[in-house]
Amino acid sequence: MTSLPAQVSGQKKLGLVIDLDICVGCQACATSCKEWNTQGYSAPLNDRDAYGTSPEGTWLNRIHGYEVKGAEDEQSRIVHFPRSCLHCEEPACVTVCPTGASYKRAEDGIVLVNPETCIGCKLCSWACPYGAREYDYDHGVMKKCTLCVDRIYNENFAEEDRVPACVKACPTGARHFGDLGDAESKVSRLVAERQGYDLLPEMGYKPVNKYLPPRPRSSEKFTVAPTPSETKSDGKSRIEDFFRWADRLLSR
Amino acid sequence: MHPAYSVILFTTASGAGYGLLALLGLVGFNHGPASSLWFGLAALVIALCLISLGLLSSTFHLGRPERAWRAFSQWRSSWLSREGIASVITFAPALLFGALWLGFIDGPQWIGLAGLVTAAMCAVTVFCTAKIYSTLTTIRQWHQKLTVPVYLAFALSTGAVLLMAIASVFGRYQTFQAGLAMVTLLLTLVLKYLYWRQIDAEPRDRTIEAATGLARTGEKVRQWEVPHTAENFIMKEMGYVVARKHAEKLRRIVMILLLAAALATVLTVLVSALVVPLSLVAFLLAAAAAAVERWLFLPKPSMSSRSTTAPNGLNS
Repeated sequence: MTSLPAQVSGQKKLGLVIDLDICVGCQACATSCKEWNTQGYSAPLNDRDAYGTSPEGTWLNRIHGYEVKGAEDEQSRIVHFPRSCLHCEEPACVTVCPTGASYKRAEDGIVLVNPETCIGCKLCSWACPYGAREYDYDHGVMKKCTLCVDRIYNENFAEEDRVPACVKACPTGARHFGDLGDAESKVSRLVAERQGYDLLPEMGYKPVNKYLPPRPRSSEKFTVAPTPSETKSDGKSRIEDFFRWADRLLSR
Repeated sequence: MHPAYSVILFTTASGAGYGLLALLGLVGFNHGPASSLWFGLAALVIALCLISLGLLSSTFHLGRPERAWRAFSQWRSSWLSREGIASVITFAPALLFGALWLGFIDGPQWIGLAGLVTAAMCAVTVFCTAKIYSTLTTIRQWHQKLTVPVYLAFALSTGAVLLMAIASVFGRYQTFQAGLAMVTLLLTLVLKYLYWRQIDAEPRDRTIEAATGLARTGEKVRQWEVPHTAENFIMKEMGYVVARKHAEKLRRIVMILLLAAALATVLTVLVSALVVPLSLVAFLLAAAAAAVERWLFLPKPSMSSRSTTAPNGLNS
């Protein structure tokens, strides 16, 4: 169980491709994830002190905001950055688990926690470099993204609804779901076209989920708009000419 | 990052217990039957109690302690599972050794073998405990070559000082015990010092640039907005934030405590009238050093995930 399934070439690898260029940080994916997974596969996602002074809760999907900036006079770029489990090909969270509650499914690569056998030792959360696991203080077990395993195979749903809740909810289409083991799939082609990348590839966990980089920032430099008095009048507005004259006078 | 405080008690208490038990096994291997029933019995019971206390306290940090038995199943991949199994297996040779060594079972020819197996299993168990930490590549300060030797050294030295303390209480004090305690305490001090030098010499933890993959050459990434208004699970570590803040002072305290323990041990040789109080003080100092060291060791790391989950300013 806790040992990883043997790797077979052409193996199905279900995962997400997240487009950082168009994510607007609206939190729809996080909210939808919370809503779906609170009624879903594992024990409900708990909340503590929900209406108190320091509310906290279990969320499987959180959206960070980063500012990327080069030289001082360059415009900075804001990137909204959703984070959830990356369903790694070689997840240490699975191999460190002492009970076998954490496991990676051979058939589609989804990493899950069995809430019936997890002892809540939290070792998996130490082993994950992506901070993707959250402990549920009410149920004493570890929680993680299930890739909505109870949606994507649900035959009661229409075909187009058999995607993770976050993907379904995203209003900008920044999230894509599919088989990253198939080089011809829509998600694999997206990754190839847009140079999708892995998080912390040097750590060797081989995340399945990919991020599409935001497009390069405009090369324009930061320029401060000239003060009104420096701008030449077009001669049409007398009143503006008066204020320009007043500005020059007062600037002395 | 969220190591439970009970883990400090566990690794400190069971470390001393395994160290003491291993030394008793070696004493049996060298000298045959115990020279004194009461000394032998007391030492063995104290060792087993410390180990059991540690193992029990380690279950307190589980969300579902009633399922702890499941942890024995994944020995093929999990060092935590291997540790659990090794700790339970050790009780078998230990109890057999105790019964033979103290003469409850007649078979003096088997004392040596049982003692040796007991000592080896103690070492294996402490080795597995250390491996839980040293194999976590996410935490640079744990993923070090010296992590395992330091764990073994602390177990051996606290066990050696404890052996001397118990022996002196029962009037079985020997200069050799003091020598062993002193040498292992100094060895522990040197290894721990080298370990600190090693982690200080390495580059700092992963940068937010590496964790997000967003920066091109010359660009900086800054956390601009956090996804939550309160702490989340990964950020809850108050007791350890305090330890990190005072890391330098705590390191000095550990070294001073170890040196003081070694000094008290030396004094037992010189001031024979005060052997009992001095050896007890030496043990208390060594135990305090181990506890402070664990408090410092367990939280010191700032995980790579913290560089991606914590707001700026908490990433110390």
